[in-house]
Amino acid sequence: MTAKGSVIRVAGPVVEAKGLQDSVMHEMVEVGNDGLIGEIIRLEGEFATIQVYQPTTGLKLNEPVLGTGSPLSVELAPGLIGNVFDGIQRPLESIRQITGPFIKQARGVTALNREKKWTFNPTAKVGAHLIGGDILGTVQETDLVEHRVMVPIGLQGKLTKIASKGDYTIVETIATLEVDGKNADVQMLQKWPVRTPRPNTKRLFATVPLITGQRVIDTFFPIAKGGSAAIPGPFGAGKTVTQQQLAKWSDANIVIYVGCGERGNEMVDVLDSFPKLLDPTTGHPLMERTILVANTSNMPVSAREASIYTGIALAEYYRDMGYAVALMADSTSRWAEALREVSGRLEEMPAEEGFPSYLPSRLAEFYERTGVVETLGQDDRTGSICAIGAVSPPGGDFSEPVTQHTKRFTRVFWALDAELADARHYPSINWMTSYSGYIADLAGWWHNNVDEKWNGYREEAMRILQAEEELRNIVKLVGPEALPDKQRLILETARVLRIAFLQQNALDPIDTYCSPQKQFKMLKIIVDFHHLADGVVSKGAPIFKVTELPVMEDIMRMKSGIPNDQLDKLEELEKKMHANIELLEASLR
Amino acid sequence: MAGIGLEYKGVSSISGPIIMVENVKGVGYDELVSVKTQTGEIRLGKVIQVSQKAVTVQVFEGTTGLSPTATRTRFLGHSLEVPVSTEMLGRVMNSYGEPIDGHPRFFTDEKRDVNGYPLNPTAREYPKDFIQTGVSAIDGLASLVRGQKLPVFSGPGLSHNELAAQIVRQAQIRNANEPFNVVFIAMGLGHDDADFFRKSFEETGAIKNVAMFLNLADDPPVERILTPRAGLTLAEYLAYEEDSHVLVVMTDMTNYCEALREVSAAMEEVPSRKGYPGYMYSDLASIYERAGRVVGKKGSITQMPILTMPNDDITHPIPDLTGYITEGQIVLSRNLEKQGIYPPIYITTSLSRLMKDGIGKGSTREDHANVASQLYSAYAQYNSVKSLVTIIGEEGLGTRDKEYLRFGERFEKTLINQGKMENRTIEQTLDIAWDALSDLPEEELTSIKPEYIQKYLPKTDTEVK
Ligand SMILES: Nc1ncnc2c1ncn2[C@@H]1O[C@H](COP(=O)(O)OP(=O)(O)OP(=O)(O)O)[C@@H](O)[C@H]1O
Ligand SMILES: [Mg+2]
Repeated sequence: MTAKGSVIRVAGPVVEAKGLQDSVMHEMVEVGNDGLIGEIIRLEGEFATIQVYQPTTGLKLNEPVLGTGSPLSVELAPGLIGNVFDGIQRPLESIRQITGPFIKQARGVTALNREKKWTFNPTAKVGAHLIGGDILGTVQETDLVEHRVMVPIGLQGKLTKIASKGDYTIVETIATLEVDGKNADVQMLQKWPVRTPRPNTKRLFATVPLITGQRVIDTFFPIAKGGSAAIPGPFGAGKTVTQQQLAKWSDANIVIYVGCGERGNEMVDVLDSFPKLLDPTTGHPLMERTILVANTSNMPVSAREASIYTGIALAEYYRDMGYAVALMADSTSRWAEALREVSGRLEEMPAEEGFPSYLPSRLAEFYERTGVVETLGQDDRTGSICAIGAVSPPGGDFSEPVTQHTKRFTRVFWALDAELADARHYPSINWMTSYSGYIADLAGWWHNNVDEKWNGYREEAMRILQAEEELRNIVKLVGPEALPDKQRLILETARVLRIAFLQQNALDPIDTYCSPQKQFKMLKIIVDFHHLADGVVSKGAPIFKVTELPVMEDIMRMKSGIPNDQLDKLEELEKKMHANIELLEASLR
Repeated sequence: MAGIGLEYKGVSSISGPIIMVENVKGVGYDELVSVKTQTGEIRLGKVIQVSQKAVTVQVFEGTTGLSPTATRTRFLGHSLEVPVSTEMLGRVMNSYGEPIDGHPRFFTDEKRDVNGYPLNPTAREYPKDFIQTGVSAIDGLASLVRGQKLPVFSGPGLSHNELAAQIVRQAQIRNANEPFNVVFIAMGLGHDDADFFRKSFEETGAIKNVAMFLNLADDPPVERILTPRAGLTLAEYLAYEEDSHVLVVMTDMTNYCEALREVSAAMEEVPSRKGYPGYMYSDLASIYERAGRVVGKKGSITQMPILTMPNDDITHPIPDLTGYITEGQIVLSRNLEKQGIYPPIYITTSLSRLMKDGIGKGSTREDHANVASQLYSAYAQYNSVKSLVTIIGEEGLGTRDKEYLRFGERFEKTLINQGKMENRTIEQTLDIAWDALSDLPEEELTSIKPEYIQKYLPKTDTEVK
């Protein structure tokens, strides 16, 4: 029994209809003769306000509005990985096959292919009592991803039938459960309402870093698997490049990249490059672990609002299989603007800068869906979602509402800086204003897996950078030549840290990814150098003798000159550094 | 379809460019409306809201002279379409694509919706063909590629027109001879500026390949919302149906945005920053995202929008939102212009995001990326040294800083600065760059691979030890 009403007002993506007293809030509806997809966002008696996810051009009064009986949902089954969807999970490749290069209304296209057969490998045993989240069997979705087909959430009972190993479409029944004396058939295809978080058994602490291969992130402002981070920055500061770097090199099992109101060409960039790039640990193309949600800036603004939820619902599904998922959202500001635009058309009372008063709670709800969890199901599986949201503040001013509220709900803040970007210091993450709330939680991992002195070295390096910051104010007044040599050494080391360590060129084939081991060794060389040089300067060596040491150029070039698999060369470099300093020291005697 | 063709007499309210018509049936959202004034003049508008009470119409030519009782409206049953044809090359059109140069009407029956449709991201082809503009600062440091949208951020009175004309004149794909057209879109442009462009196209004989869409300063501001869309509709036709490479020059986007603000204010919408509507980002994106390349199509659309930054302020919503959509920007500086440097391109804030795949071995030269990134960081260093000089004088500088000072001055005078008629190849540009870099000690050139330093750095006497 679904509701049937008719259009009484059209204002862009917002449509009002009457006769919908039988529908429910957030129900998905089909609007007009073309069956445009919409969602009920306000319901008063028979009057409903609908956010329509497709262009409403040509829509007229009195056209029909049909309820679908279910909320806006994502389809979950094998076939997600490697796919490109719009904000409401319409498959963009399939749409292109129907409507050509330009997106037009294509009715009846489903998110996932119903004909394709997947090899299902049953793992659950008939007779077992299963609950939602328990694994029924697996499908090798790509070389990189084993898809674990789970009992739908909410269902439980005795497994009475399970398909034998073989090829099935996602709509064929692969298992039957006996629930309260009745049979419940289960298919691979399941649905989940995007705005409802998928439940879990228990939240756990995040203690493992998401290794990104980006030095300023991993070493200075690390993020945990299951963590949340904001990347605010003015246009051109490097938000997208950073997110793409993380999508490429981070050690997540699954990457969900949500292009939310951004450029079409950036999506193609991902689509072109990911199939060719190989995962550093497995050697398989990165596309085999990636899902793209692409609702670019020229696509309907209301679907942009939905895209974030579509992305995170997909992330939760893979989390529940027991995977570490990383979700990038570029840009959450465009999502917030979509919210504002729809709110404006609803004539709601605006709060800060025209944004609706529920902006902070929506942001909080979104980031709340990240974390490490013990998943549903009887085995003890854990999975995690880490979300990284770009923020595009107007005029690059971080005091605006989206940046400020995002800051409240995320634990890592990578502040991109126009001045650094202008000086082509990439990634332009400002080391003075950025922070990570995970350092203490992750130090143990570094201690056990890389080096026990990790935290000591990173704190030491940070102190040098801080000292530089203070000295810089003096330099601005008197020039560097006026400083004593010991202080000039601080400036010199800080310069080396900035150029040789913090700066990392995403376009350089070697520097684009830096292993944790290489990061630590590089940092150690620079910090040790500083201490040794400080020693010889104290003994009277002039600073220019230090900066003229031949090893300086090697240090400057180590990031792109020494590949991750030739770390012995860094050890040689370290020896050379010691030798250089000793030579200088000897010359003083 | 009850409403089509029926004429309604009288409107219930008029406010700015917006009118409301009551008791209308069968009208669709976004539909085109013909509005007849009491003197019989026909204006066009579009439906921006339909409700049971009334239909809201935005009148493109404005509502001046409309009377509530005598105005007649007719709803046309489709959204605004403009003619498209190769006949439009060499011609001058208004915002509806109608000829205004006194020459005959077009024979074509081909019409397209001015709003176009959003390009499916999976149908895009990543732009990577280098366009040589012959302007060193652009080719060397913020390279333009086919299918890119690269705006010029200028200020009132700066030489953006000369630069745009020079680019139109000189732009070429190296080693290629493919159909190339220009769609020139003027929004709120002064007659002098429009004439400047027309003359410059005529002088070089380019005019036969140029379609000009003019909305001049004294034309109705609301019409400006249509002008770029009409021009881009033709550009899409030329690129995707006629296999042509199209360069679209749009000037001045600032006037466009002001028209948008005017309409928004008349509709009493909640304004966002500086009174501009909250949807300006999406609106501008619907224009800028029409640049690109399409899989399986030979043609391409490259956009060069020009805007003047109010108060030379790059954080103003117009440059800001533009920069958030386009693939980089070329920023002109009043300071450089004052020093007599043409083109006054300030490379520090300029950027081309699509440069990475368009340059290098096979398209420009192997050393290009390294050289550009070294120039950027060296020039940043130069600028910070320069600000130090203003406080402590040149004497207080260390040797390294003095070298940067010398480099920067040479770089501005020889690489950035060039003649308005001077057309440099990319090799010439890179050679000039190496000359400037030779002012720096070799160990400073850490962005450049040692083998390129070996190969391209001019050997000075001091180095031959
Ligand atoms: N790590 C990096 N290595 C090399 N280049 C970089 C790096 N980060 C940024 N860049 C340069 O900066 C340019 C702009 O970066 P990006 O597109 O990520 O900016 P953005 O912050 O996403 O801007 P917008 O808000 O407009 O989307 C890139 O095209 C690239 O040239
Ligand atoms: Mg970006």
